[in-house]
Amino acid sequence: MSTSNTSRPMVDMRDVHKWFGHNHVLRGIDLSVPKGTVATVLGPSGSGKSTALRCINQLEEIGAGRIYVDGELMGYREGERNGQPALYRLHPKAIARQRANIGMVFQRFNLFPHMTGLGNVTEAQIQVLGRDKDEAHERSVYQLERVGLGDRMEHYPAQLSGGQQQRVAIARALAMDPELMLFDEPTSALDPELVGEVLSVMRDLAATGMTMIVVTHEIGFAREVADQVVFMADGVVVERGTPDEVLSNPREPRTQDFLSKVL
Amino acid sequence: MTLQQAPTARQPERIHAIPVRYPGRWVSAVVVLVLAAMAVHALVTNEIFAWPTVWHYLFAKPVLRGVEWTLIFTVSSMVLAIVLAVLLAVMRETPNPVMRWVAWFYIWLFRGTPVYVQLFLWGLLAVIFPRLSLGIPFGPDFWHFTTRDLVNAAVASILGLGLNEAAYLSEIVRAGLESVDHGQREAARALGMKDGPILRRIVLPQAMRVIVPPTGNETISMLKTTSLVIAVPFTLPGELNFATTAIGNRTFQPVPLAIVACIWYLAITSILMVGQHYLEKYYGRGFEPHGPVTTKPGRRTSRQAAINAAHTTPDMELIDDQGHVTKGGADR
Repeated sequence: MSTSNTSRPMVDMRDVHKWFGHNHVLRGIDLSVPKGTVATVLGPSGSGKSTALRCINQLEEIGAGRIYVDGELMGYREGERNGQPALYRLHPKAIARQRANIGMVFQRFNLFPHMTGLGNVTEAQIQVLGRDKDEAHERSVYQLERVGLGDRMEHYPAQLSGGQQQRVAIARALAMDPELMLFDEPTSALDPELVGEVLSVMRDLAATGMTMIVVTHEIGFAREVADQVVFMADGVVVERGTPDEVLSNPREPRTQDFLSKVL
Repeated sequence: MTLQQAPTARQPERIHAIPVRYPGRWVSAVVVLVLAAMAVHALVTNEIFAWPTVWHYLFAKPVLRGVEWTLIFTVSSMVLAIVLAVLLAVMRETPNPVMRWVAWFYIWLFRGTPVYVQLFLWGLLAVIFPRLSLGIPFGPDFWHFTTRDLVNAAVASILGLGLNEAAYLSEIVRAGLESVDHGQREAARALGMKDGPILRRIVLPQAMRVIVPPTGNETISMLKTTSLVIAVPFTLPGELNFATTAIGNRTFQPVPLAIVACIWYLAITSILMVGQHYLEKYYGRGFEPHGPVTTKPGRRTSRQAAINAAHTTPDMELIDDQGHVTKGGADR
């Protein structure tokens, strides 16, 4: 591995702003996630943490700033117009190509209800990566076994528990061989006794060296797995650091206040 | 009962209560049955219905030809309508304002005018535009043909019925597309899928659950609407209603021939309903738990049944749709 490769962060957000109408929801987010590390984003609801995550894979268009994933500018192409530097919005097809490199897991799972677990994991491999059916099938089986659902592949999402659905969703994202995984409150919609099985899959994934950004309320998971904890409130990053720094010895009163409520 | 018996072996005394009596149910059932018997009696004994004549003409050649044309009109106009309707529904959702306006105008025009008048005008297309051509508006023609060669009475009928139906169906399709949770598009987009495959593979198959029942309704309605092709002037293929009316008028027996038409329409409608049932079942896959479900379960109970069916909760009691607790699921 060359030094330039390891020093370049997987995700680099620079002064990212986002407006919903007149509502200024992201007010200058800076975030750098080195390759092979796990960042967890904490914060009260409405702090903009999910929006920030959705901006990374362009599910939301940003209003100002730049987002680079593995050195590639997301959503735009830098060019020139009339001798002046200018940003060109990328064609939806090019954005789709950028997204294929980034796996995303949603709070509400968003599995395709009309397809079996296997169908869910196989679909985009064929449609997006152009894999042939047999190869896609084989990789889907591998990923579903990896998340512990080898015996549930032919079940439709409605026949699975919430924890199993979320594990299928993780397998679906992993089958695309992403370099980066985004988790948007992956356990918030789960019954308490099902949270553990999803977190355990995520813990295993982190151990393989996958770069992950996890928006979560699971402080225990953050403490155990994260290399970096980011605390957001009101559209800004209030505090960042190692789990020890942010969770055990928070400097900012806003962080202390939040942690005293959730711990 | 002896003391040696374990307390769990004791059977609780079941309740065998005397049910509440509902005399009103008996009275209303008898009243309805008497009324039904009166209706059957009137149908069978009234000479005007002339049942022997009905049987005689039920499989007569012109009637069968009529059935054939009715089916041709129904199927081809519905196919045309469904294709156009999906196109119109997608056009109404595009970011392109010209497309949205055109789709809106189409629906406004075709829903806003009577189908009878539309059929009449389609029949007169060859009179209104004797020559159709492809070319630049106000500019030169590249290719042209005589309208009468291309748009005969049958084609005019299918165009008239199909284009009118498309306007109604497109609203059904649009409602179906909007019924699909936005998270579905988002998940597909996050996987890197493009808009075309997202619509084809993810959104439309789920929208079909909402689209199929009203479309079945429209198809059954179309079956009867085909009798309006009588509005198309000039030579007309005799569809079912036209054929039976013609025979009825000729033989001075309009009522039995109307019954013949009704029997055929009912028969075809029944077949269409069976087809609709299977289509609904196909597009409902994944939305219902497998296995026999006798009562229609609510959302929560069906989810519970699905979780039970998956046998993923060992050492726990299973709860069926009726809320009964059954044996533990540790049989895996």
